[in-house]
Amino acid sequence: MTVLNADSTARPIRKKGKALPDRVLAWFLIAPAVIFLGVIVAWPLVETVRLSFTDARLGGEHWVGFENYTDLIGDRKFHATIVRTFVWMFASVGLKLVLGLIGAVLLNAAVPGRALFRMLVLPPWVIPIAIGMIGWLWLYNGHFGIIAAGLQYLGIIDGPFEFLAYKRSAFISAIVADVWVGTPMITLFLLAAMQGVSRDLYEAAWVDGASRWYRFRRITIPQIMPVLVSMALLSAIWTFNSFEVIWILTEGGPRHATTTLIVDTYKTAIGNFKFGEGAARAVIIVILLAVFSSIYLFLLNKVNKKYRIK
Amino acid sequence: MINRYTLLQKIGIYIAICFFLLFMLLPFLEMFMASLRPLKHLFRSPYQFWSDNFSFDAYRNMWTTVPLLGRYIANSFFIAASVTLITMAFVIPAAYAYARLDFPFKSASLAGFLAVNMFTGAVLLIPLYRVLRQLGLLNTYWAIIVPGVAFLIPMGIWLLRSYLEKIPIELEEAAFVDGASRIYTLRRVVLPLAMPGLIVVATSIFIGAYAQQFLFAITFNQERAYQPLPAGLFEFIGYQSVAWNEMMAAALVGVLPVMVVFLFLQKFLVAGLTAGAVKK
Repeated sequence: MTVLNADSTARPIRKKGKALPDRVLAWFLIAPAVIFLGVIVAWPLVETVRLSFTDARLGGEHWVGFENYTDLIGDRKFHATIVRTFVWMFASVGLKLVLGLIGAVLLNAAVPGRALFRMLVLPPWVIPIAIGMIGWLWLYNGHFGIIAAGLQYLGIIDGPFEFLAYKRSAFISAIVADVWVGTPMITLFLLAAMQGVSRDLYEAAWVDGASRWYRFRRITIPQIMPVLVSMALLSAIWTFNSFEVIWILTEGGPRHATTTLIVDTYKTAIGNFKFGEGAARAVIIVILLAVFSSIYLFLLNKVNKKYRIK
Repeated sequence: MINRYTLLQKIGIYIAICFFLLFMLLPFLEMFMASLRPLKHLFRSPYQFWSDNFSFDAYRNMWTTVPLLGRYIANSFFIAASVTLITMAFVIPAAYAYARLDFPFKSASLAGFLAVNMFTGAVLLIPLYRVLRQLGLLNTYWAIIVPGVAFLIPMGIWLLRSYLEKIPIELEEAAFVDGASRIYTLRRVVLPLAMPGLIVVATSIFIGAYAQQFLFAITFNQERAYQPLPAGLFEFIGYQSVAWNEMMAAALVGVLPVMVVFLFLQKFLVAGLTAGAVKK
């Protein structure tokens, strides 16, 4: 109770008039945030939906109904972009979660020096993504980068190899860089969750002779599950919309090999000034993400019921 | 004891940690090595890890190649710090309301906040551009700060709410018994107790604001004097050649101060996440 001055607790403070009821006060407290997001997020969202029914460009706009959408539905390139975006998301998030879990276990191990190791995971997370990508651009350089050099040394490739110049290798390279950006945060949150698990559980299991692997599987994993699943969803949404990594490494190329929905939207709307067509893509992103999140949460609910979590 | 490892296990753990950290730090290592090489040694094939004439020349020359570099570094800080302060001003009252008060549409409005995560800036760029133009904010610091704040408020509310929920309600009730108002209690009882949580949330917001300036900067701001470091760095890419060594040097110098701060805050950050953000 050291925070309260002796003074202010001893002397009752006079109630002035009638205090606001909680329900009114609550709205006063959240109103600034609601209004701000209303102007900067909700209103632009409504505008995006409206624009998606027009052929808005720099010059002007006309109502075109569902034309932008029907164009996209018939566009095979766009189908490929959607599939590519989901492949990108599942591959990248999967790797981030696996690496994050491995990282958290390693950094949670009681070995000397772990305080230092925990510090050294931070850098990719705390620096601007764009700056990290400049580093990766240099790493991926086919002639002068260390990765091409290493693979040549190991005899996996013979001669220089431009990672970002070929469709498949560019896609994989972008995923690796995206995993690099996203892994530290997941590692740190999972580590925090692991440290929150009660020691009693481990000790009880240890007394009963449970092996380390068994304790990990039957205590650690179930205990950190709530954090793991919410991180997975958040990470999936961020990865789906990951823009800077792809934009700086490849700008969506070569030949659209790394063009995900968000890159396609940006190129259409900002690059080619086709605001209406860009807006239709943006709306489709929101719909896809909403559907994906609902399915995810629905399945999660089922799993939770099965394991009787909360 | 329970946490004792055999020698072999220890070696295995260290090797695995080394691989993990190698992946995390390789770009920085290579950026540093590149920054030390003279430009023509940089373009040398086959690759040599060790050059014979390393020098810190790039760290001197970069300030003349891109004269505004110092300004860009300062801008990045200024923008991230402003975003953090403004976001916290929105987040603190709202998080308190969600943690302690009951009101109509409580869970609906909270879900609404979280849904904002789904349309990160890039989805809303076109109308956002128009809104900012109407408000007269294009090509100012505000063009980067305002959208930054908007997309960090939901995360801030979410993190701080779960932290505030952990503060024992009895302390507030004691203050009410003495006749203190809600606002007074928030200011004098809750916030001092929530200080570690506030720092964790503010740090997370700062990281977000610092890491994600690029998109808003290149889209909403054409004024070079207001550009943050991630956008300014691309000035090292010239018409004829790219001054890779100076670009790497500038990148490292630019992020160094913020890295040092986070290395010191790191212990605090992990502890705070455990206490606040992670529910039972």
